[in-house]
Amino acid sequence: MRLPSGGLIDRSHPIRFSYDGHSYQGVQGDTLASALIANGLKTVARSFKYHRPRGIMTAGSEEPNALVTLGHGAGQEPNLRATTLELYEGLAARSQNCWPSVNFDLLALNDLAAPFFGAGFYYKTFMWPRAFWEMLYEPAIRRAAGLGALSGLPDEDRYERAFAHCDLLVIGAGPAGLMAALEAARAGADVILADEDSRMGGRLNADLTEVDGRPGPDWAADVAADLAQMDNVRCMSRTTVTGAYDHGTFSAVERVAMHLPHPGDAPREAFWRIVAKRAVLATGALERPVAFQNNDRPGIMMAGAVRSYLNRYAVAPGRSVAVFGNNDSAHATARALIDHGIHVAALIDSRPGVQTDLDVPLYHGQVCGSEGRKGLEAISIATASGIEKVQADCLAVSGGWNPSLHLTCHMNGRPQWDESTAAFHPRPGMVPGLEPVGAANGVFTTADALAQGRKAAQAALTDLGLKPANIPLPKAEDGAYDITPLWSVPGRGRAWLDFQNDVTVKDVKLAAQESYRSVEHMKRYTTQGMAPDQGKNSNMGALAVLADATGRSIPETGTTTYRAPYTPTTLGAIAAGARGKGFAPERFTTSHAASEEAPMVEAGLWYRPSYFPKPGESYWRESCDREVGYVRNAVGICDVSTLGKIDIQGQDAGEFLDFVYTNMFSTLKVGRTRYGLMLREDGHVMDDGTTARLGEHHYLMTTTTAAAGQVMRHLAFVHQCLRPALDVQFISVTEQWAQFAVAGPKSRELLNSLLDHDITGETFSFMGCGDVSLGGVSARLFRISFSGEHAYEIAVPARYGESLFRLLRARAETLGGGAYGMEALNVLRIEKGFITHSEIHGRVTAFDVGLQGMMSKKKDFVGKTASERPGLMDPDRERLVGLKPTGPVKQLTAGAHLFNLGEDAVRQNDQGYITSVGFSPTLGHFLGLGFLRNGPDRIGEEIRMVDHVRGIETTAEVCHPVFFDPQGGRARD
Amino acid sequence: MRIDCPLCGPRDRREFTYQGDALALDRPDPEAGFGVWNDYLHNRDNPAGPTRELWYHDSGCTAWLVVTRDTVTHEVHRVELARDVKEAGK
Repeated sequence: MRLPSGGLIDRSHPIRFSYDGHSYQGVQGDTLASALIANGLKTVARSFKYHRPRGIMTAGSEEPNALVTLGHGAGQEPNLRATTLELYEGLAARSQNCWPSVNFDLLALNDLAAPFFGAGFYYKTFMWPRAFWEMLYEPAIRRAAGLGALSGLPDEDRYERAFAHCDLLVIGAGPAGLMAALEAARAGADVILADEDSRMGGRLNADLTEVDGRPGPDWAADVAADLAQMDNVRCMSRTTVTGAYDHGTFSAVERVAMHLPHPGDAPREAFWRIVAKRAVLATGALERPVAFQNNDRPGIMMAGAVRSYLNRYAVAPGRSVAVFGNNDSAHATARALIDHGIHVAALIDSRPGVQTDLDVPLYHGQVCGSEGRKGLEAISIATASGIEKVQADCLAVSGGWNPSLHLTCHMNGRPQWDESTAAFHPRPGMVPGLEPVGAANGVFTTADALAQGRKAAQAALTDLGLKPANIPLPKAEDGAYDITPLWSVPGRGRAWLDFQNDVTVKDVKLAAQESYRSVEHMKRYTTQGMAPDQGKNSNMGALAVLADATGRSIPETGTTTYRAPYTPTTLGAIAAGARGKGFAPERFTTSHAASEEAPMVEAGLWYRPSYFPKPGESYWRESCDREVGYVRNAVGICDVSTLGKIDIQGQDAGEFLDFVYTNMFSTLKVGRTRYGLMLREDGHVMDDGTTARLGEHHYLMTTTTAAAGQVMRHLAFVHQCLRPALDVQFISVTEQWAQFAVAGPKSRELLNSLLDHDITGETFSFMGCGDVSLGGVSARLFRISFSGEHAYEIAVPARYGESLFRLLRARAETLGGGAYGMEALNVLRIEKGFITHSEIHGRVTAFDVGLQGMMSKKKDFVGKTASERPGLMDPDRERLVGLKPTGPVKQLTAGAHLFNLGEDAVRQNDQGYITSVGFSPTLGHFLGLGFLRNGPDRIGEEIRMVDHVRGIETTAEVCHPVFFDPQGGRARD
Repeated sequence: MRIDCPLCGPRDRREFTYQGDALALDRPDPEAGFGVWNDYLHNRDNPAGPTRELWYHDSGCTAWLVVTRDTVTHEVHRVELARDVKEAGK
């Protein structure tokens, strides 16, 4: 019911929305919850397990009951709290976990069977047969119990991630937070003020508490406006700080467009990482319920929430309201009701002897039961003189306040028990640099909140070397917080602790009785506190009941662990931008656009052409075979720019390379290139590649594409951590140079048609290198070969890459060749027995790949000592061999394992495995490289290949790994 | 987590690559024997408390750093250039 006046709402701005298909009207400033109350709706949800009707209980993000689903299809979002959903034109919400409707739910039958469904029921009942649990019991239980459902479709909404840095992060914009932010802002500090609400002010907006002689909401709005126009302040409303992490890092979720009917380009939510030098925690406190029989009936809500609805939203949750509490919050609610002209049916105070000056019926006792068919109709009150029944359609309950100290515990901190407020308070210093103030710190008067906010800001300013502004403290209400703990009212029937997971006082007692006495065990046995609200409403009550049942005090019993996030966070927001292509950057070569017909293969972050299909080719092997032929018979062009290129210079460059490579580079002549092998310090192969000596103190190293980053890091490690005295500098120039292989018998002919000055076998002999120019552009030419043919690699500054590639390709085509891709490159190198990271996969030594001869005996190098361990030189190790199929199945597969003929294909008989395969059009059959026990001594033997995964089996002949041109004459001619 | 790089200032942990214990700086003599090399390559303490680690600032200045931090409190006590540590050790 909407009140005739008051509220922080704009009555001139009506908003139409729908709930479960029915149209309703609210106004600007409403939440979905306040609009539902304004329209007289009471039952808005069904409970998790028993499908009991439930109503709105709170006015904030801690709401356990009023969860709704918005949107359809991919945009469907379940479990949104009606209490934090701002109303917008056209909002369409649906109730959850009920069928056919929230008012008549067939699964409410569960409630009749409730005596059987206590804590541990599933574990005790669905025990046999074991397989039925996954097949039958769990799916059925999951259908019956639960909250909202996911659409199962990819979330198409836009989310963003953002980063911010500040001197002081103020979390919460109630009186304490506003005061802290203003003090720090006036002192010139960079301030971020974040609050999960759409409106700054916190409880001031709900309680209308006077500050500085004015209504609290006015004071808060003025301070917020003041802050908003200061350049050194970022005011972030609708922003929940969800976690506290190391070294002043905080996570926060900003709901950017969730409240807008037409979001346009704005993201739905933004996920913030905020780094703050200091932080103030001003998150206030959450009111806790009292457990009594049937305390979950719609119409029973928190006393503070009732004040929010009356004062902020100008809606009355009932016509005749009873108020029950163990502290002064109940009296404040009774007063607010009277101020708004609502009938107060009873004020029940469980504290003996407490009086009131309000004109309301005061009962000293406890509410011990509720009645009503569709919502609350009457309550029972246990007093000294017996049980009395009072008619009421709403009951406001206050069991006291729990400081919202969650963030102080995110780094493994535990709170401390405070007897006078019957609540856990934050322990100082639990998150370095984070200072709790106000109600979050267990201080419950507005005057104290303002003072603590200012003091914490001043301490932070002093720490940061800034001079406090010392803004005047406004006057505000100051009184004692008086509470006598009351957790649950004794009596028969079910008294609810955890509304979201349907856990009762009896469940917790049963857990204790069955020896789940630790609070963590009780939580897992009963599921108390495991719902989306993470026990914000129920933890203290459950803890107190457990303490009582086990004969311990509350501090002895302790709390469960608080973990981030503070409120449920959509995965879409956390993953913002990282979906699909956003998951990893894409690196394109300069020839990418000129290779558009080629299917791409990913190599690390790079995209490389797999093969270049021609019209009429229907299968990749056709293209691959043709491209291999280009290189063997004419000339092929391949972009090899993705290989890591590291420019190394300095007086000691040669000595440095001698230390990182197994072989010598200081002896390499200027204008020559050499193949090098690099080990890890544990003696296994790290990488290989060629290094050219461009000048006396100037080398250019190439690495494999896959290991470019790792090698760069390794070189930096060796230099800075092992040999800092060496005069050497190096930098990656991978992206600065575009480099193309020109390979095949006609490669020199092709180059000479382009170069400004012809090259010859003398000026560029095998493994030679030097500067050349083409069309006036300086280039580097290396006579190296990864195909075994007469071949070159030509490098030009990256900006010339695309045009050079087009030119090379066109010339190659006139010579009967063309571009080739990764598939052909792979076949060519397998024919020659050249290794890649398929072979040097991290577990092989130089000995294993037959390169032990490259390990210099004349010097120390990284990995030398460890590579000499006896186990790494054992001839019986799995060592590199070539393989060709001999059986009726003519195929080899990478990953297949090798076995002796006649032996079972089981692990115990394993002789090795295949690492690379390809069909050689040159030789007319499949080739494989692999590792075989004592392989080099078994050339000519027949071996059995079994691919258990693909179900392929054949026999193969063990060969020398170099299948083609073993003397290497073709590369040298 | 944040690391105060001596060259770049305080930066987010994600700019760095972790490499393990800083004893990797103390490469033994090639002739020190397999026992010493085995310790150098494989044996690490796992302390609850202060520890010296190597971090590489790969998204920053590419400096190798020796970070002294507490595995219990996560406090970072000291960040030094590995080059300086190595040279001071000589």
